[in-house]
Amino acid sequence: MQEVSFDATRVGGAPFGRGCGARQRSALGRAGCDRLCGAPIEARLREGAVRIPSGCAIAAIMDRSGARHDGSDIVKAIELMHDRSNGLGGGFAAYGIYPAYQELYAFHVMYESRDARAEVEAYLDTYFMCEKQERIPTEPVASIKNPPDLWRYFVAPHTMRLNMSGVDEAEYVMRHVVRINKNVDGAFVASSGKDMGAFKGVGYPEDIGAFYRLDEYRAWAWTAHGRFPTNTPGWWGGAHPFTLLNWSVVHNGEVSSYDANRRYVEQFGYSCELQTDTEVITYLFDLLCRRGGLSPEMAAHIMTAPSWDAIDRMPAEDAAFETALRTVYASALVNGPFSVILGSEEGILAINDRLKLRALMAGEKGSMVYLASEQAAIEAVCPDAENIRPIEGGEPFVVQLDEVARRQDDHGVWSSPRHAPLAHETGVLPRREEGRGL
Amino acid sequence: MIDFALPRYQVRRDAEECVGCGICVRECANGVHVARSGGTAPKADHQKCVNCLRCVLTCPTRALTITRWPQVDGGSAVWTLEYLQDIATQATSGGVLLSSMGNPLPYPVYWDHLLLNASQVTNPSIDPLREPMETRVFLGGRPVALEIDERARTLRSPLPPQVKLDVPIMFSAMSFGSVSLNTQRALAMAACELGTLFNVGEGGLHRDLERYADHAVVQVASGRFGVDPRYLNAGAMVEIKIGQGAKPGIGGHLPGEKITAEVSRTRMIPEGADAISPAPHHDIYSIEDLRQLVFSLKEATRYEKPVAVKIAAVHNAAAIASGMARAGAEVIVVDGFRGGTGAAPKRIRDNVGVPVELALAAIDQRLRDEGIRSTVSVVASGSIRSSADVVRAIALGADAVSCGSAPLIALGCHQCGDCARGRCNWGIATQRPELIERLDPDEGAERVVNLVRAWTHEIQEMMGGMGINAVDSLRGNRLMLRGVGLTDRELDILGVKHAGE
Repeated sequence: MQEVSFDATRVGGAPFGRGCGARQRSALGRAGCDRLCGAPIEARLREGAVRIPSGCAIAAIMDRSGARHDGSDIVKAIELMHDRSNGLGGGFAAYGIYPAYQELYAFHVMYESRDARAEVEAYLDTYFMCEKQERIPTEPVASIKNPPDLWRYFVAPHTMRLNMSGVDEAEYVMRHVVRINKNVDGAFVASSGKDMGAFKGVGYPEDIGAFYRLDEYRAWAWTAHGRFPTNTPGWWGGAHPFTLLNWSVVHNGEVSSYDANRRYVEQFGYSCELQTDTEVITYLFDLLCRRGGLSPEMAAHIMTAPSWDAIDRMPAEDAAFETALRTVYASALVNGPFSVILGSEEGILAINDRLKLRALMAGEKGSMVYLASEQAAIEAVCPDAENIRPIEGGEPFVVQLDEVARRQDDHGVWSSPRHAPLAHETGVLPRREEGRGL
Repeated sequence: MIDFALPRYQVRRDAEECVGCGICVRECANGVHVARSGGTAPKADHQKCVNCLRCVLTCPTRALTITRWPQVDGGSAVWTLEYLQDIATQATSGGVLLSSMGNPLPYPVYWDHLLLNASQVTNPSIDPLREPMETRVFLGGRPVALEIDERARTLRSPLPPQVKLDVPIMFSAMSFGSVSLNTQRALAMAACELGTLFNVGEGGLHRDLERYADHAVVQVASGRFGVDPRYLNAGAMVEIKIGQGAKPGIGGHLPGEKITAEVSRTRMIPEGADAISPAPHHDIYSIEDLRQLVFSLKEATRYEKPVAVKIAAVHNAAAIASGMARAGAEVIVVDGFRGGTGAAPKRIRDNVGVPVELALAAIDQRLRDEGIRSTVSVVASGSIRSSADVVRAIALGADAVSCGSAPLIALGCHQCGDCARGRCNWGIATQRPELIERLDPDEGAERVVNLVRAWTHEIQEMMGGMGINAVDSLRGNRLMLRGVGLTDRELDILGVKHAGE
């Protein structure tokens, strides 16, 4: 994608290069910020052009009862972990924010040029029916520079085109989102799920939260991410969470199995354009759950499979089951340090790597569940949180909406891949160069 | 007529050190050392020396060294002494030049152009002494997705047969006949001890080795020696041998003199008769025929054993491998042109086939492009010299490797390349009882176990350095590799970046 500089004032952003924000900053924070202001952004590489290791802070707040709360707590929690990010990326995902449009796909789109918007809107007009479109309201924040033009669209797939496509609705939406992100220069679909949205950009997460006016949204689940990339200016599209349909993923760590995981999912038509861990983890969940019929918990279990030593100690039947999972999904094992929070329409799921090489704490209060890289971030928003504990390495921590949990109790959990799983998905995305087939 | 053939080596004997004990005379089956009367130093017939180092290493006073024959050629880079000698030999014999072991010519060894990664700062390396470091792999065919009952934690459809390897290192196919029974026995015992597989090659399964059969790959080659239902069902896995890296496109010939009573019984052919493996399988003239053989073997083994198909690394290996996967092969074995052999025509060995590194990379990528890589296992062989080569092969995309030369070297092989004549002084490539007994299978097995355990420790250290604690996460993880001194085209085929990128 081309680097296009455009008028920040158009969407109410601060003029470029006027200091690093009004708020109090630690020395470390200021250093990171100065670096951002110092060098020309155009000269540096974006996600996708290069693979960039980064450290991070993550947090999540969820009300199991489904009651909705505004975004001030999640911003407060992630703000406390300010030093875990360096001003080069922050973002949030929120579930339950668009009840009036809950049957429609909410597309959050970032534009770097008028042409890009015209192109995407023409595309959406062809393949979707749009109920409503509007600029995403934002607030000028001194430290947030050069924001893209941010729009949202509430859309349904074009009925006839969907019928003709031969794929289901989710697959249809996903393919078009991938196509826009891949083919339209200067446009990026930041989220595309139902009754949810991602709010992300370049800056410290608390500033991003203020910029997007998150205190005006009410959600039953919030996740947040503050980024510490090692060598990128950060690009608004490359900030986290990464989303796909209703999935959103925030992640802290560096996945050492990245290329094994990437090459595994790419077999099934996914295209890892951003080269980030978050992206490949999202695709793994999508492959194993939406396409493979497994629950997110089982997918997380596969990604952090029990050790062979542990399997060898299990009763024979359990060992056979675990062995089959590890054998069939060997390349879905995620290795290296990571803590991940997955958001979906059912709730949130947290998972730590098998060796527990990254911090992730959980706490509860009534129907509220809190997750954060640091315990202090939980206590900052819920001083009397109970059951505060670390997430165990390799053990999925699942928080479901009460309603979802009830439904699963009634119907049981079993998993079956869709008929002819994956067969029609192979090679559909415009990934491979021509002429490389047999 | 003057004999043009020059000796290849010169045996040098330190007269001061030699005590005339005569051990070298007894140790050399080639008759290099000729005893002289009166307790004086033996005399050497240089022409017969193959540089197997048996005499050098058994000489109690270290009086012997072998050097190259000092004769120079004319200085031409074209008409080297080796070509002159080969032509002279063929002018005399009128025959095909015979050789052994893998391609020795200085073609690029891509292993040596691939460097490994390690973690620094942004993620921690893992200490294999403190954390589990998993080297276990399974070989076999798989569905792309499992149908399971999550609540009961059971499978709704059974997994196809798998074989378990505790280390991703197997022993390559070497038949009884081409190697001695003691060699096979040592490898079989080592495979059992290590939790991996040895491969009986195309010569059948000797009854003494049946007790190790659950760690055996039983091979079905074009000669079908020793193949019957009992044989097929005895092993852990069945392998159809289509080709061998050292001699792609041609068959095999075990001369009648090596068909002893034991070999005869094991191969199920008459004693003293030549054992000819045709170049092709005469029931496989195309890919659809392969499918029929694969399924015949699955029927014969009641779908309880994975069926592997082994090919030599040739130009179109990627497309062939893809066809094999679609023909029902559950394990694809690709053997590069540096892979060893007991006997191969020299011109074939030195000029046919491609390096396994390139073939492996191309096969892995092709299977991924077609979305079927996860449904099969891939094994690479042909010049795996060290633990680092194992790591490189797995990072390029192999599930496991097979090695033949390395364990033979552990047993005493010194790569003299004279296996075909059946006079192996180390008791490996021979059927002569007095030579075979030089190889103690128990001692040999222990040395092979030591070698593989040492490699495994090194693999664990390298994986830990990368921040990886299971071989599953190394497989196909090409970001862990960087090329040095390679062209863009080579990097592209290998699917790796250049060092510094």
